[in-house]
Amino acid sequence: MTAALPFVQSMHAAALQRRLPGSGLAWLDAARTDALQAFADRGLPDQRNELWKYTSLRALAQRAFAANDAAAASRAGAAALLPVPARQGSRAVFVNGAFRADLSSLDALPEGVAVQSLAAALRDAPEPLRFLLDKRVDDDDDGFTLLNRALAADGLILKVAAGAEVGEPLHIVHVGLAAEAAAAFHLRSLVELGKGARLRIVEHHVGEPQTGHLTNIVRDIGVHANAHLDWTVVQQAGADATLLRRSKVRLHDDAALDLHALELGGKLVRHEIRAELAGARSRFNSRGAFVLHGRQHADMEVLVAHRGRDSFSNAVWRGVADNRARGVVHGRILVQPGADGADGSFYNKNLLLSPDAEIDTRPALEIYADEVKANHGATVGQLDEKVLFYLRSRGIPLETARRILVRAFCSVALDGMDPAPLREHCEALLAEQLPEVSA
Amino acid sequence: MLTIHNLHARIAGKEILKGLSLEVKPGEVHAIMGPNGAGKSTLGNVLAGRPGYEVTQGSVLFDGKNLLELEPEARAAAGLFLAFQYPVEIPGVNNTYFLRAALNAQRKARGEQELDSMQFLKLVREKVKEMGMTPELLNRAVNEGFSGGEKKRNEVFQMALLEPRLAVLDETDSGLDIDALKRVAAGVNSLRSPQRAFLVITHYQRLLDYIVPDFVHVLADGRIVESGDAQLARELEAHGYAWVRERTPVEASA
Ligand SMILES: Nc1ncnc2c1ncn2[C@@H]1O[C@H](COP(=O)(O)OP(=O)(O)OP(=O)(O)O)[C@@H](O)[C@H]1O
Ligand SMILES: [Mg+2]
Repeated sequence: MTAALPFVQSMHAAALQRRLPGSGLAWLDAARTDALQAFADRGLPDQRNELWKYTSLRALAQRAFAANDAAAASRAGAAALLPVPARQGSRAVFVNGAFRADLSSLDALPEGVAVQSLAAALRDAPEPLRFLLDKRVDDDDDGFTLLNRALAADGLILKVAAGAEVGEPLHIVHVGLAAEAAAAFHLRSLVELGKGARLRIVEHHVGEPQTGHLTNIVRDIGVHANAHLDWTVVQQAGADATLLRRSKVRLHDDAALDLHALELGGKLVRHEIRAELAGARSRFNSRGAFVLHGRQHADMEVLVAHRGRDSFSNAVWRGVADNRARGVVHGRILVQPGADGADGSFYNKNLLLSPDAEIDTRPALEIYADEVKANHGATVGQLDEKVLFYLRSRGIPLETARRILVRAFCSVALDGMDPAPLREHCEALLAEQLPEVSA
Repeated sequence: MLTIHNLHARIAGKEILKGLSLEVKPGEVHAIMGPNGAGKSTLGNVLAGRPGYEVTQGSVLFDGKNLLELEPEARAAAGLFLAFQYPVEIPGVNNTYFLRAALNAQRKARGEQELDSMQFLKLVREKVKEMGMTPELLNRAVNEGFSGGEKKRNEVFQMALLEPRLAVLDETDSGLDIDALKRVAAGVNSLRSPQRAFLVITHYQRLLDYIVPDFVHVLADGRIVESGDAQLARELEAHGYAWVRERTPVEASA
């Protein structure tokens, strides 16, 4: 029985226990109640759900989470964990699911950029967010999006006015700190780029090793005509963290999104990216890599829907799993009727470093338009013995040779990433993940 | 320096080397010729320690040490270098980075000071000049997209940088144009010294006009069947390997 599961019970308890920002607003209360009811009906996604086929939640279902970290607003220790690139420049920092103005730095944002926490927005002016939060339950909702709708207490609302160009990256940092109990944080965010706007976002996840928290992020990202969003994800969540994300992206005419993702941390990590190339000539480039050790589990769902004529998507993803780690990559390209001239591709290569590691990769194409170019390819393999021997024959020890090759394998995920300091940061993280060679 | 005695080796259960013996002294250049499939590359691979090759009999001493019990990286650090017949491509690994990792790994294994990037780049610049290397190749991924000849030249460049004591060149001349062949030969000759020895595997007498060997051996069916001086290579060129077979096989010497 679903209702008996500790996870589900703890979520219902959280809903009763916690007074959320904006409660008392009739439309918001109704949306939250509906979502919670739908969650009660649907429960956690199971492996019959195509998008959760290789990610089992059986262990998670047995865990109970606290409704929040009551001390999140004042908890110390986050500053030391801020990633180096985020220490300078503009940043929005969340600690255990709560926005922290004291750690953030948003004063130097150029004109035309508005950043606010969801909690503040709901307190000050909730009406403009109605379109985002007052949603009916639909078929695409899974247990986590429903929980998010029912329980989201914070998030980031980010708007860039038409024509505004933000050169320096805006860092969004999620920090996990140990609390009295493992808690669940539901964050609801919005990113809107007006026509012709340009923005760089760097999203970081960092945390203490033993927190056990669950972070559940749902966000809508709208990129209007001719706007360009550059988005980098550097995920180094704490070793015990559960991190679930759904990002719904909509690209209008001639809009572009460039995504780079480096997924290194966490215990159970998932990112479901739903990119809708709605506008003509809209473009979505994604490059990403995960490197997993121990019993880490990462699930990358890259779901691209072409609706605009001559829209373009290209995805290049790499996966590496060692020990008993498990990776999942699902790349889907759907070309809808009317998206004539669309060009979509998805390439995924994976590397298993241990006989007990596993990576499941599924590229899928569905095409319902004319004159479409679509390509995909996926492989799972091991390090090439010939290449390993070549390195060793030059004096490079076996372990070092393996590391060099794994780094090289992942490096395409960083291609085109800039500015240079960010790229160097990511390269260093990759090297750390695969300890440095003496070269 | 290198003493191979009655070496038998198998790959995939098939015996390829069938009692090969060879003695190489410091300062010597030995050429090894022989028909396709005779086991020349197998010899190079066994010496370098390629996994999958099983030595069933015999011994190999390198500077008095049992070479066969060393890992490939330890053999390299001990001064052995194999220029591959088919150098592999390593996408994503920068050639200069690779060279520095290799050189420093060897130095570290030998208990020598590792080179910092300034020292290393200085060394590379010297070697680039010495070997007539195309500097652009150093900024690319190791062998990726290199032409056949460029790969071979990259092998020789690595050798020049790593300064091994014994270099095995496996058909390094195949695929080289005339100018490149001369440059490679000049590079090898400039590295010749009383402390260093070469094992040059080739099908062509032409290379041996430039790198004049002290000894020429014919390897056929897993054994050295004929040994001589540079003149032997010319006779092989004129008569082919059938001529060797017709003569009474001589025991491995030199
Ligand atoms: N992995 C393997 N499995 C089975 N047979 C192999 C393997 N590798 C080599 N051989 C065989 O061993 C024999 C010797 O090969 P080797 O490469 O040493 O010849 P070679 O003398 O270098 O020839 P070439 O002049 O053509 O380069 C060949 O018959 C080859 O087919
Ligand atoms: Mg050969």
